[in-house]
Amino acid sequence: MTVRGVTPSQTVGPFFHGIIVAGQNVLVNAATVGERIRIAGCVFDGDRAPVPDAAIEIWQANAHGRYRHPIDRRSVPLDSAFVGFGRTATDPAGAYWFETVKPGVVPYTADTWQAPHINVAVSARGLLDHLLTRIYFEDDPRNAEDPVLQRVPAPRRQTLLAPRAVVDGKIVYRFDIALQGEAETETVFFDL
Amino acid sequence: MTPIGRDPEVFPPYLYDAYRATLRRSPHEAPIEIRPTLSELTGPGPVISAVTAEDSDLTRNAGTGGEAIGERTIVTGRVLDGGGDPVPGTLVEVWQANAAGRYRHRSDQHGAPLDPNFFGVGRCRTDAQGVYRFTTIRPGAYPWENHENAWRPAHIHFSLLGPSWLSRLITQMYFPGDPLHALDPILNSIPTAAARARLVAQYAHDVTQPRFALGYRFDLVLRGPRATPFEPFEPVARVDR
Repeated sequence: MTVRGVTPSQTVGPFFHGIIVAGQNVLVNAATVGERIRIAGCVFDGDRAPVPDAAIEIWQANAHGRYRHPIDRRSVPLDSAFVGFGRTATDPAGAYWFETVKPGVVPYTADTWQAPHINVAVSARGLLDHLLTRIYFEDDPRNAEDPVLQRVPAPRRQTLLAPRAVVDGKIVYRFDIALQGEAETETVFFDL
Repeated sequence: MTPIGRDPEVFPPYLYDAYRATLRRSPHEAPIEIRPTLSELTGPGPVISAVTAEDSDLTRNAGTGGEAIGERTIVTGRVLDGGGDPVPGTLVEVWQANAAGRYRHRSDQHGAPLDPNFFGVGRCRTDAQGVYRFTTIRPGAYPWENHENAWRPAHIHFSLLGPSWLSRLITQMYFPGDPLHALDPILNSIPTAAARARLVAQYAHDVTQPRFALGYRFDLVLRGPRATPFEPFEPVARVDR
């Protein structure tokens, strides 16, 4: 098979905001099934300065653990009130948030499972390609068996674990993203 | 699915000194290699919101009823996978400066005029042959603060949401023959001339429309997974086809 030359990436630059649709950081409506959660965090650079011009995208399974995608044909329910994609930009303080539901477990191999997680892509001026990471839920006991977390050196795993808090009656998982830092503070990014 | 990773001969490094903004925003740690799972082999491209025909005409989609000023330009091409097969249903989004080199954006401080009839954003979906098409105006070059007398060559930003999370692509398309290419650290962050050339559109006289607009062709090839994925779900021969 001829392998075509893959197209290289370039930075998203500082002027991408026009492609983000208002409300794209709210993934749920009144009919969505599952535990409502808010994901909130800040993006930081290597000086621990906020990154005010980052684009954050998330992709996740629904509360049952099903992805809305043609290759996910498992007999796990879809939710007609949930797609699973969100997109937003950081504000002048580097902050972002999403309203969503906690995803269910999804398979790793045919008989092993991944802990609930949300896939994240980070783009910004100064990033020549987007970065891929994952949000895990710090209070979820299934993290201990998660095969992807096992690939991460133990001292770095906590960068992927979002702590839970209840703020004004809402469940908030905090997920800061450090683009650059020391090994134990820089967010873990993945290559596939 | 053809295994194609993030080839260091093709993709820019995260740290590229000549592009100063990379200095404090590039990770120090190498990314951790994982085998693609259902989480990365799925993605929002096939399922997110519909687009309308007007979305792909940037000369008229500002909603003013007027037409943008500039050299009318048609940009079209195919989205392919590494095996050369078309990728239908890809969401292609573009954004760009106006003909004077100014973005409609609160952070753009360039003293060039705005065009009230140009918003500078478009979107469309690839058809069954993987083809996308935009009508726009040729963007202007513009100055930036990276170094003394720095100018970005004319370019159109592209965002592609294809069949999977790992095929996500954000890039820029350049115009052929621009003397600023050699001076641009963002384009030159790509390590090889062959890979840089993939970001330069070709003038296409068969796309040019008489008495209307000049045509350019720009194909994009999406990457796939580096390693053979697990297939814990019911496997299908092709994604999204």
